[in-house]
Amino acid sequence: MVFEKLFFEVNPGELLFLRGRNGSGKSTLLRVVAGFLPVRAGTLTYGEEAWGRGDAALSEALVYAGHDNALKPVLTLRENLQELSRLMTGGLLAENRIAEAAEIFNLGRLLDQPVRYFSSGQRHRSNLMRFACLDRPLWLMDEPTVGLDAENRQALASLMKNHLAAGGMILAATHDPIGAEGREIDMRDFQPTATLGEEWL
Amino acid sequence: MSTSLSGIFFGVIKRDIRLAWSQGGTGTMALSFFLIAVTLFPFGVGPEPQVLARIAPGVIWVVALLACLISLDRLYQADFEDGSLDDLALSPLGLTGVAAAKIAAHWISTVLPLVVASPLLGILMNLPEEAYGTMVFSLLLGTPALSLIGSMGAALTVSVRRGGVLLSLLVLPLYVPTLIFAVGAVDASAGHVDASQPLALLGASSLLALAIGPFVSAQALRLSLE
Repeated sequence: MVFEKLFFEVNPGELLFLRGRNGSGKSTLLRVVAGFLPVRAGTLTYGEEAWGRGDAALSEALVYAGHDNALKPVLTLRENLQELSRLMTGGLLAENRIAEAAEIFNLGRLLDQPVRYFSSGQRHRSNLMRFACLDRPLWLMDEPTVGLDAENRQALASLMKNHLAAGGMILAATHDPIGAEGREIDMRDFQPTATLGEEWL
Repeated sequence: MSTSLSGIFFGVIKRDIRLAWSQGGTGTMALSFFLIAVTLFPFGVGPEPQVLARIAPGVIWVVALLACLISLDRLYQADFEDGSLDDLALSPLGLTGVAAAKIAAHWISTVLPLVVASPLLGILMNLPEEAYGTMVFSLLLGTPALSLIGSMGAALTVSVRRGGVLLSLLVLPLYVPTLIFAVGAVDASAGHVDASQPLALLGASSLLALAIGPFVSAQALRLSLE
């Protein structure tokens, strides 16, 4: 069991930070919300609807970026983004949309480079571009600031603020201050209290 | 933007075909293995035309099956390793549909070239003239079962490091019926006997695999996301 007695809600235009030390369940909670992990007990609701694993409604509502960059090394950055868009919507992105998203993270001149030549920071920024390329209300961000310099952190903060201003919702697991305002929940408060009894040993 | 499920389905097929034939993909590997491994048999068993003609259907089918198998362990593993499997699971198409598209892409990119190359190897193995048509048809009819059954094994072993051997142990026994019906059909044609019964059974094994393959693969992939 990773956490218990956890209750939270995110409203349109709201940013919720998940705080806590490594291993406290921040990533796990994000993966539960994304529908990758089953919950032993409890429910998730989106609007009025209960949110189950693998629902189409769920996948059309959220964008998730995890620890791995989900980029194909043999494809260029532009091709990676087009493949992502086609996987999520069935259609391709407009070229100017890609160019704008690339400008946010200063990747414009790398769009037609195969991703295998990218540094790890560039890969991470490429992965963050998905938030600018897909129109989904709920963003799930796992450690979005890792490896970002001050300038790109600023860019990420303004991207997040724009999303919130447009009525979007963000759940972000992070240790660092991002620069966008939001509520916080501390995973330490929801650690399981029950321990295994003697009879289990 | 409105979602087009057929757009996603064909998008996944195109993506996987492209990746299979790009650098480090499995398409070229499986085809080269098929060509080289069949070529070894005349060296191994000797060049007597009658012996080669007798074993030709079995050799071509077994090696096609193994070529398909060596390409299978990368079917989901590459996506698992780079994190794309999370994206595939979040597609509005659903993981069952995505698995079906990936299996179709595997068949088109990796298995179809083997079918196309098989008549060439038939010449090399002195396959009787009457059997060429049935051999190509049996490969077209039976190899989808190989991709579909293999996909279930690949999905179950996706998170296992060096899962290739385990995959073979899981999948090879399940390939036995397909192999028996296919070689039975080609042998029947070579002996001027009606091959329609083994071909019907071969088609049935592909249809059965189609009914359960994508669904079981998706369930197994869900486990690996945990």
